Amino acid sequence: MKQRIYLDNAATTQLYPEVFKEMEPYFTEYFANPSGIYQFARESWNVVDKAREEIASVIGAKPEEIYFTGGGSESDNWALKMIAEAYAHKGKHIITSKIEHHAVLHTCAYLEKQGYEITYLPVNEEGRIDLKQLEEAIRKDTLCISIMAANNEIGTIMPIAEIGEIARRKGVLFHTDAVQAFGHIPLSVEDMQIDMLSASGHKINGPKGIGFLYIKKGIKVQSFLHGGAQERGKRAGTHNVPGIVGMAAAARLAQKEMEKRSAYESQLRDYAIGRIEKEIPFAVFSGSRENRLPNNIHFCFRFIEGESLLIMLDAKGICASSGSACTSGSLDPSHVLLAIGRPHEIAHGSLRLTLSEKTTKEEMDRVIDELKKIIERLRSMSPLYEDYKKEQEKSNV
Amino acid sequence: MYSEKVMDHFENPRNVGEIADPSGVGTVGNAKCGDIMRMYFHIDENRIIQDAKFKTFGCGAAIATSSMATELVKGKSVEDALKVTNRAVMEALDGLPPVKVHCSLLAEEAIHAALWDYAQKENVHIEGLKEPVEDIEELQ
Repeated sequence: MKQRIYLDNAATTQLYPEVFKEMEPYFTEYFANPSGIYQFARESWNVVDKAREEIASVIGAKPEEIYFTGGGSESDNWALKMIAEAYAHKGKHIITSKIEHHAVLHTCAYLEKQGYEITYLPVNEEGRIDLKQLEEAIRKDTLCISIMAANNEIGTIMPIAEIGEIARRKGVLFHTDAVQAFGHIPLSVEDMQIDMLSASGHKINGPKGIGFLYIKKGIKVQSFLHGGAQERGKRAGTHNVPGIVGMAAAARLAQKEMEKRSAYESQLRDYAIGRIEKEIPFAVFSGSRENRLPNNIHFCFRFIEGESLLIMLDAKGICASSGSACTSGSLDPSHVLLAIGRPHEIAHGSLRLTLSEKTTKEEMDRVIDELKKIIERLRSMSPLYEDYKKEQEKSNV
Repeated sequence: MYSEKVMDHFENPRNVGEIADPSGVGTVGNAKCGDIMRMYFHIDENRIIQDAKFKTFGCGAAIATSSMATELVKGKSVEDALKVTNRAVMEALDGLPPVKVHCSLLAEEAIHAALWDYAQKENVHIEGLKEPVEDIEELQ
């Protein structure tokens, strides 16, 4: 096996050694439960407090507006179920988009079963919602708008500030799933008028199993997990102290390095996109060129299927992802690709490469060189490509 | 997730390609579901499959089952080729993950489709052969 090239940073990232170093004492040395009454618990308590302040400062929130959770999916579940329940007297309507993460979409499906009505806004071919359509979808009984800050598959950044402005003006709550955006692009809950924001630790070189939900002061907060007084009685469960410390350390680093990192990643991203478009025929670019996460590359390669592409890349030591039907065990291709208007047969040939600031140009060059060979090989086996070529020959005669 | 045999037939697929002027050719599956298999047979006057080739659009399992299915029918009479079931293809590959069983059904159906085409062209009868379905969903 050749040297591994990891290009699946949207799935998870490496825990930075310096982050791990900050976490370490809270596993073995300061192991006390922060809720303890004794002096020994104070260090654990203080460090959780400090982490809360650090996280809050990254998104321009107040520390008491940050609630630690078990991760991004829990935060999404909590936000939507809480609003649905706490504001049920106002109505039963929620607006979201067709390209949300399943943590939002499946929670919405659950709420539909409970009698709520959900509007799933369509997106354009770049994966962005139409603001006019959003405004028109708002009704008297609309409780909440939940639109992701950035899409996990195609990397499209949504017009978050504009959505926040509409929501505030119309008196509707605005939740954003910022799992892919937090620590990667600037986010300010105040400037963007965000009422709730979900994020997680492991997408920003922090630990897994930790996340948070920002809930703006004044919103009725209902308990999600019952059984303890943690998080001001709203989220029971012993604090994951090392996780909290790690997420705060990662967020601090991400914030500090954001500008430099994002400049480096987006330059490498655009270089790779350019090479793919120039050198690989029938490559269909996905997402937006301007409103794009710095580290996301997404293409559909016609006439081939994503899973076989991934396995062949894996054989070369390249870790990538597709969102293809076969990997998830369903025959349908990605809901995101269908929502941006990709036909099924093209959506099946998808490839997502998400880089990090440690990815080098040499690595990207090697990946694209391999990609070219693999795609050519798979096409030589593809009956779709054979049919296409025969049709071309016919029309040339 | 895949057995070593599946990986071997995926990475080094046997019988990839086309046969010019084939005795029978059959295409099954659809691009919507992400799997299309096409098989080409060269069948001699004694009704023996002398050569089999395939082209497949699909996942690793789809390519591996196509490769194995063409291996299994080569050298067989059309009657014996008809007995190459999806189960036989799976067994020869040391099994498939449950979500990939449909690939082996598709391979079986591709054999039938190529035999059907041959029977139509040559105007011969193959005992037990039914007109194949194109959409594998109907088989499940």
